[in-house]
Amino acid sequence: MSDPQAWIPGDPRSRPTRENILSGLRGTDSGGADLVQMLTPEGVRVRDERFEPYAADVDVAALKDLYRDMVLVRRADREGNALQRQGQLGIWVPLLGQEAAQIGAGRALAPQDMAFPSYREHGVAWCRGIDPTDLLGIFRGTDNGSWDPIETRSHLYTIVTGNQCLTATGYAMGQLFDSRVGGSPGDTGTNEATMCFFGDGATSQGDVHEGFVWAAAYDAPVVFYCQNNQWAISVPLEKQTRVPLYQRARGYGFPGIRVDGNDVLACLAVSRWALEECRSGNGPVLIEAFTYRMDSHTTSDDATRYRLADEVELWKLKDPIERVRVNLVREHGVEPEFFADVDAEADALAERLRAFCLAMPDPPPDRIFSEVYADPSPQVEAQKAEYLAYHASFEGGE
Amino acid sequence: MPQMTIAKALGDGLRAAMERDPKVLVMGEDVGKLGGVFRVTDGLQKDFGEQRVLDTPLSESGIIGTAVGLAIRGYRPVCEIQFDGFVFPGYDQIVSQLAKVRFRSQGKVPMPVVVRIPFGGGIGAVEHHSESPESLFAHVAGLKVVACSNAEDAYWMIQQAVETDDPVIFFEPKRRYWEKSEVDTAQAPAPLLASRVLRPGRQVTVACYGPLVKTCLEAATAAEADGLDLEVIDLRALSPLDLGPVFESVRRTGHLVVVSEAPSESSVTSEIAARVQQECFYSLEAPVLRVTGFDTPYPPSACEEDFLPDLDRVLDAVDRSLAW
Repeated sequence: MSDPQAWIPGDPRSRPTRENILSGLRGTDSGGADLVQMLTPEGVRVRDERFEPYAADVDVAALKDLYRDMVLVRRADREGNALQRQGQLGIWVPLLGQEAAQIGAGRALAPQDMAFPSYREHGVAWCRGIDPTDLLGIFRGTDNGSWDPIETRSHLYTIVTGNQCLTATGYAMGQLFDSRVGGSPGDTGTNEATMCFFGDGATSQGDVHEGFVWAAAYDAPVVFYCQNNQWAISVPLEKQTRVPLYQRARGYGFPGIRVDGNDVLACLAVSRWALEECRSGNGPVLIEAFTYRMDSHTTSDDATRYRLADEVELWKLKDPIERVRVNLVREHGVEPEFFADVDAEADALAERLRAFCLAMPDPPPDRIFSEVYADPSPQVEAQKAEYLAYHASFEGGE
Repeated sequence: MPQMTIAKALGDGLRAAMERDPKVLVMGEDVGKLGGVFRVTDGLQKDFGEQRVLDTPLSESGIIGTAVGLAIRGYRPVCEIQFDGFVFPGYDQIVSQLAKVRFRSQGKVPMPVVVRIPFGGGIGAVEHHSESPESLFAHVAGLKVVACSNAEDAYWMIQQAVETDDPVIFFEPKRRYWEKSEVDTAQAPAPLLASRVLRPGRQVTVACYGPLVKTCLEAATAAEADGLDLEVIDLRALSPLDLGPVFESVRRTGHLVVVSEAPSESSVTSEIAARVQQECFYSLEAPVLRVTGFDTPYPPSACEEDFLPDLDRVLDAVDRSLAW
């Protein structure tokens, strides 16, 4: 392997080798020298001078809450996966391995902030108060997301990769135009921000580039939160980029930070910092949460076709939940009862999710025609009347 | 009543909409300081400021995508796409987000966004500046698609579009921007989605929209000299189509000629032909004939007079229909 230092980014005389590129993208177990970490994979609390103030209030109780969030969200995720395998859901999009990245960011969001998820952000949804049962319809085919985006301040899942980076930026521009940014500290009415979630694959989309350009042009209070889980379905990161993703921010003129995406404390602290920057008018900010997709892209995928088992085994050692558990036990003496209680709560949640899923009715056929337009279209209304009459013409109306 | 160009009428309409509702924004490339490449938004930024009239980055997906976000936030953006052929970088956001957010959220998030697109040929322009892509939008559920043809409609329809809680793709006949006609600023002539009989007649129905409405009215005048009585209907709404007046007319005349600059295949004009044969089957004395652009890319402008339907081609179709 050639010396990574042989390629100096920004030096017009140098060209990167494949090894140069890989070393910057994912060459080290720790994600590289710029990685922000506060809890090592072994569960040791380490200080990060820059971001320490943003984790200062996280005491044992708060850390236990973060642990609970991650365990419950993982359990809900595994139940979703199982429900798909049993034919109850058409597809499931697993978040396994990304619990810390999502809970850290999600818990940094304040009620007045707005979230724009992609389609894997079940942990963010959890933090926004969206019940996991509200996700099921998307994957069972009964709706496209049943929560109220305005009320929960969490937009519906966006499936077209990268589209949300522009809608999030537009929303953040609105926060600015409404004079809801840069108020006195602590005033929730004038300290709003937006957080936009996307993955490493999306960074190749034009809409992500345009989102960065627009956010910079308008000083939009938006945190671009890229969960780099290393794989865009079967395509590895080196097919998307030559430079580490967080370094791209520099080209747009705003800060980019790489955080250990499996470290919930670091994700929380860095997200809090980034949101504070945005709320106080210093947006936008890019965060690259360096993590790993432990399961397949979706239940329709088979990750064994394109990646090696050792890579997955390596990342198992960096599990986001285990390091918090170890820290709680070793550094805070938390008793086994706590963990047993959380596990029991997780099982109860899974049971509730399963029961809800099995009882979900199919929507009636007139759902097809519902809310296509604010003012009903005569054409659509005519099709609805004609189809419903046809439908009713069968015996028993079925 | 004042005489006004279509460009001025659109600008005045936008101004009225902005005065009425502080949530109305105008955004697009060069719409502020320059007043738009066609000067439609001239003076708006000076009077409403840079936060309500946005000179945006050169990025059509960005214009539509951020407008969707602003609409989620409660704004009513009016986006300008500089030319018809430049809308396609924004087409993804229009089809995937703008058209579907209301349905996806089951009405919880309305999308009151207007996308203004100058369309059509006849200005001697280079490639991508003369296209008629309206059928590509009429085919998309969730969008409303309209085209204005004269200054009065321009003045009122843009205001009605802004007040609509659904996304409206608003086509403006660019080669007619500088033509003047009377505008009644006190009363709208019709609702946004209504077609209008502009000239009553007995023998042949001519349905048209946008820049070719004037062509068809001139054709009717020329036909009158030959003793032919044409009824001219300005469709105005392309999705949903308001075909009631067309059906009523065809039941009287038995003849229909549909006129459009757009290629004919799988288009607004084919939709009209299909619906008229369904609704007026026993009234038709001849098949529905169409006078359209060809199923080719828009040609180099030295050929555009041959590509664009003109008065003679309209009258040729009228003659063929009557001789059927």
